Amino acid sequence: MSEELSLNEIKKEWHGTLKAYVIGFLASLILTAISFSIVITKQLSGTALVFTIVGLALIQAIFQLLFFLHVGQEAKPRWETVVFFFMVLVLFIVALGSLWIMSDLNDRVMTNMATAKE
Amino acid sequence: MIQPVYHTPEAHADTSFPDTHQDTFSKTVLGFWMYLMTDCILFAALFATYAVLHNSTFGGATSQELFSLPLAFTETMILLCSTVTCGFAMLASLKNRTTHIIGWLAVTFLLGATFITLELHEFKHLVYEGNSWRESAFLSSFFTLVGTHGLHVSVGLLWMSVVIGQLLYWGLTVHTFRRLVVFSMFWHFLDLVWIFIFTFVYLMGVI
Repeated sequence: MSEELSLNEIKKEWHGTLKAYVIGFLASLILTAISFSIVITKQLSGTALVFTIVGLALIQAIFQLLFFLHVGQEAKPRWETVVFFFMVLVLFIVALGSLWIMSDLNDRVMTNMATAKE
Repeated sequence: MIQPVYHTPEAHADTSFPDTHQDTFSKTVLGFWMYLMTDCILFAALFATYAVLHNSTFGGATSQELFSLPLAFTETMILLCSTVTCGFAMLASLKNRTTHIIGWLAVTFLLGATFITLELHEFKHLVYEGNSWRESAFLSSFFTLVGTHGLHVSVGLLWMSVVIGQLLYWGLTVHTFRRLVVFSMFWHFLDLVWIFIFTFVYLMGVI
């Protein structure tokens, strides 16, 4: 049975606050500025640099998910959170799986070409 | 003696508050959230494609030669500001201030339009310099990934103008508030995707 709620009731189901937006904004601003300045000033290089900026991006994503998209703040049963974690699982399978397969194929093809030239 | 079962609302244990998981608002939000999650998978596939192909330049220009980091940083800041002004529109809606909502949405619209203008400018520049999507697998995957995000932002701008129109016509009601919430989720999601475009495409592209 579907129950229709009034405007004031549905407003309570939306979880944004001014504090959350200010925290999310400042965190995103600082994290973006840090990764931008690290790359511009060439403070790090190679793998260390890649891991640092990817790490900063993930931290910023978590901040935005919590403070802008309100993940995990709904009432029980938390279907949105369940769907979110399932998406993360599929995302990792698709992204990392593709990279793994393609780099493996690339290595094999390149090895064959190198031996063919010799 | 068998007790009769009454299938009436009164037979339930507690009906003093509505079930928040069966009203139209919650169902719409959950359904839209599922759409956003599938959209995430779409972007994951495009990111994976880009990651696989970003070195396949076919002898053409590489990402180090093409990308302008200050421009990408400006775009990031504009989109971040627009996501926060969209949040301010939501906060104004909690206080029933329709003119404030429309004002903040108008600011969000302008920032979003600026973002799209900068992106189109960048694309135009790339194509005029002879680096269109036809030149290499790297450029094809770049234009597909960034272009798909840009298309989402453009659809968001269209959607925002419809929401502003509805707010002007009906004011803040149950239905316009629901649409506003769903729109704000979409807009925040686009900023989230952009963080990864900025990091994986632009920052890692110039390293």
